Amino acid sequence: MTNSINEVLNSDVIFVTGSNTTVGHPVIGAKIRQAKQNGARIIVAEPRRIDLAFDADLFLQITPGTNVALYNGMMNVIIAEGLENTEYIAARTEKIEDLVACLADFTPEKAAEICGVSAEDIRKAARLYAKAAKAAIFYSMGVTQHTTGTEGVMTLSNLALLCGNIGIESGGINPLRGQNNVQGACDMGGLPGDLPGYQKVANPQVLEKFEKAWGVKLNDKPGLTLCEIVHNAGHGDIKFLYIMGENPMISDPDLHHVEEALKNTEFLVVQDIFLTETAQLADVVLPAASFAEKDGTFSNTERRVQRVRKAIEPIGKSKADWVILMELMNKLGYAKTYANPAEIFAEISSVTPSYAGINYDRLEQGSIQWPCPNVDHPGTMYLHKAAIARGKGLFRPTEYKPSNEPTDAEYPFILTTGRVLYHYHTRSMTGKVEGLNNLSPESFIEINPLTADKLGLKDGAKVSVSSRRGEIVTSARVSRNIKEGVLFMPFHFAEGAANVLTNPALDPISKIPEYKVCAVNIEAFDEVSDYA
Amino acid sequence: MITVKIDGRAVEIPKGSAVIDAAKKAGITIPTLCYFDLQGKITGLNSSCRVCLVEVAGRKNLAPACSTPAMDGMDILTSTDRVIAARKIMLELMLSDHAQDCLTCEKAGNCKLQDLCFEYGIKESRYAGMMNSLPLDESNEFYTRNMNKCVNCRRCVNTCSAFQCTEAIDFAGRGFSARVATPFEEDVRDSVCVSCGNCVSVCPVGALQSKSKEKFRTWDVTKTKTTCSYCGVGCEMNLLVKNGNKVVGVEPSNGDANNNLLCVKGKYGYNFINHPDRLKTPLIRKDGKLVEASWDEAYNLIAEKVTKTKAEFGPEALAGLTSARVTNEENYLFQKLVRTGFGTNNVDHCARL
Repeated sequence: MTNSINEVLNSDVIFVTGSNTTVGHPVIGAKIRQAKQNGARIIVAEPRRIDLAFDADLFLQITPGTNVALYNGMMNVIIAEGLENTEYIAARTEKIEDLVACLADFTPEKAAEICGVSAEDIRKAARLYAKAAKAAIFYSMGVTQHTTGTEGVMTLSNLALLCGNIGIESGGINPLRGQNNVQGACDMGGLPGDLPGYQKVANPQVLEKFEKAWGVKLNDKPGLTLCEIVHNAGHGDIKFLYIMGENPMISDPDLHHVEEALKNTEFLVVQDIFLTETAQLADVVLPAASFAEKDGTFSNTERRVQRVRKAIEPIGKSKADWVILMELMNKLGYAKTYANPAEIFAEISSVTPSYAGINYDRLEQGSIQWPCPNVDHPGTMYLHKAAIARGKGLFRPTEYKPSNEPTDAEYPFILTTGRVLYHYHTRSMTGKVEGLNNLSPESFIEINPLTADKLGLKDGAKVSVSSRRGEIVTSARVSRNIKEGVLFMPFHFAEGAANVLTNPALDPISKIPEYKVCAVNIEAFDEVSDYA
Repeated sequence: MITVKIDGRAVEIPKGSAVIDAAKKAGITIPTLCYFDLQGKITGLNSSCRVCLVEVAGRKNLAPACSTPAMDGMDILTSTDRVIAARKIMLELMLSDHAQDCLTCEKAGNCKLQDLCFEYGIKESRYAGMMNSLPLDESNEFYTRNMNKCVNCRRCVNTCSAFQCTEAIDFAGRGFSARVATPFEEDVRDSVCVSCGNCVSVCPVGALQSKSKEKFRTWDVTKTKTTCSYCGVGCEMNLLVKNGNKVVGVEPSNGDANNNLLCVKGKYGYNFINHPDRLKTPLIRKDGKLVEASWDEAYNLIAEKVTKTKAEFGPEALAGLTSARVTNEENYLFQKLVRTGFGTNNVDHCARL
């Protein structure tokens, strides 16, 4: 997030798009509603009528995969009506002319046709957003999990720059990071091209710095992304794979392919707290301690570094992940040892400029938001305050492109995926909690009443859903919260797994798969023929 | 800034402060029950219990310290006989319609009413009379509602309406029969309640209690402040640990991101920690089956395979997936292991998923 969670309480307009906030990030959802009580106005643009849509001043029920068209349509209105922040644009951005040229013909009528909403609503959204003194954008995987996900983010950035909302309190572009420490995993260099602090592997000076710090020769070739690793494993090019605390057997797209790929590795190590679907395929399984059994830090979605503290001893013979990794490193001949996570953190601070001023003593006094370049620095509440980090905010106009897999006669419906409140990701934790399972026991598919009627499907009916990649059985949940021709499934469940169906086509820049749009067919499940 | 005199001490406080803020500044504790410092907002908002009554010179009635604005030159007395007598009456009135089962109530030891009665030496109420008899609502998966123990303090209603903003509950009825209820008094399971448990966390008495498989009282548990391990919001919370080895509950803490709120997963999704299915020992695949092994066996086998794969196919044949679930320190070590131990940059995690 460019800004901080609590800044939302003072925003004038909050634009929520591609985020089912009260489900994915419930406490932020609550704070958006608090902001509404403080007088903020809310715009929601989502394929489903999510809970926040009922709080919204304006709700645009867009067709999945049409984000870029919507944002471009809004910007066309803003420019046409002269609502842009000319002073800000002149002082803090560059290449506005590219944006103006790109959007000249992209009228709200054109956008409306693509998005499946009214042109008037696009105009209203544009005016509401542009006229606010402090407008904050909140988005999540509904923007990024498309083959045009990066373009979706850049288009939002264009919109925010156009109205002068970057670098101000209570404004900004605020991606809500999904997992507790996905921000930290990225910050710490859990990326193929980035060492800790987003320092590039391909930069010789960076590599030299880390070679010196770690005392080893490092590989200068950027590595493979997750989907590429799985893909290459499928082809037999990845022989040895070590998976820590992830369950790609549920979470990755096109699960049949994932299973084949994992089985195709010569040696698979899985380190986890449960024998997950992925661990069941492993050659070695290492038992890890849960968050309650170890010390450390997590970095939340607003770049806030907070302490994790050990409450109980590791269960059985399990060990904290850091202990396992250190012992294994030692086994492989790298002699460095750490007495505790604080020592590891000290090493992190020494090589990561954005974490340089953070240490355990300071964290004992309270959390700190990076960038925090030195120990006297208080941390950073919102980014780009004095100036946009790269110097000038660059407009990167992009034109709308359709999703990778269009619907056709064989697969006439759009399937989009997401979460439910009562489960987390692949359920390896929440699936062990009786009350949560009672509230959300199994997979389902949300379907509009008109679509259901046409297919003769009743609420609760067993249905079979198929895509070009596979077929699953689940039950229909008839709901007016989703529009005709669009279906929704939560991806949490191993039985009736949505990701058997999803499209592994990647965004060419971010390599994120297009979970949010694939073409499927749905029909009543015929017990006789299916079991025959 | 204004100046008030409180128990003879002069204190300077910002205009707009409540009398209770002046008392805090002067280091004087005024007893409270409904008053609750949630995000600095539910303070005087509840203003219902009248336990914090104080005497203000020149005013006929006693004033609730939580919601009475401090005014320049005010002369406040916090523990006169009149004040103490009034507080006792308030407590006795509450007690007159409150199930007195402290011997078995799980809230005992952590109950504001119990603490206040102890402080003021109240053994029983002089106001014997009618008592509410409302049905117990056990329909929620995670907590029970026993409105017979409710003291109508409004904490739960205001938390649900002004902070969680779900608006599942409000007051129904008037006078003696005023009670916290869902719309049409349906079971809370059938209301819009999302089981966040924030109402339970703020309940000062035993009216709202978490269901727990493990019975415990407040003195049975130790508290460890940590950060929730579910989503990216980063809510801070206390893990409640019994016997030093079992997590039996969670309570929100005033973290910078969550300000005393949690969601259903953070508050109630902790049973995975001590779940019997937890992996307890390394496993190695032998003849197609995963069998128990020692750490040394597992480490040696992994090291052998790493070395062999590197020698045979080069470092690019190795890869690692780190995790958005584990700590920064662990992510750092994982990518360091892949880069230094495996010799490749083939390291990624589920940020893209």
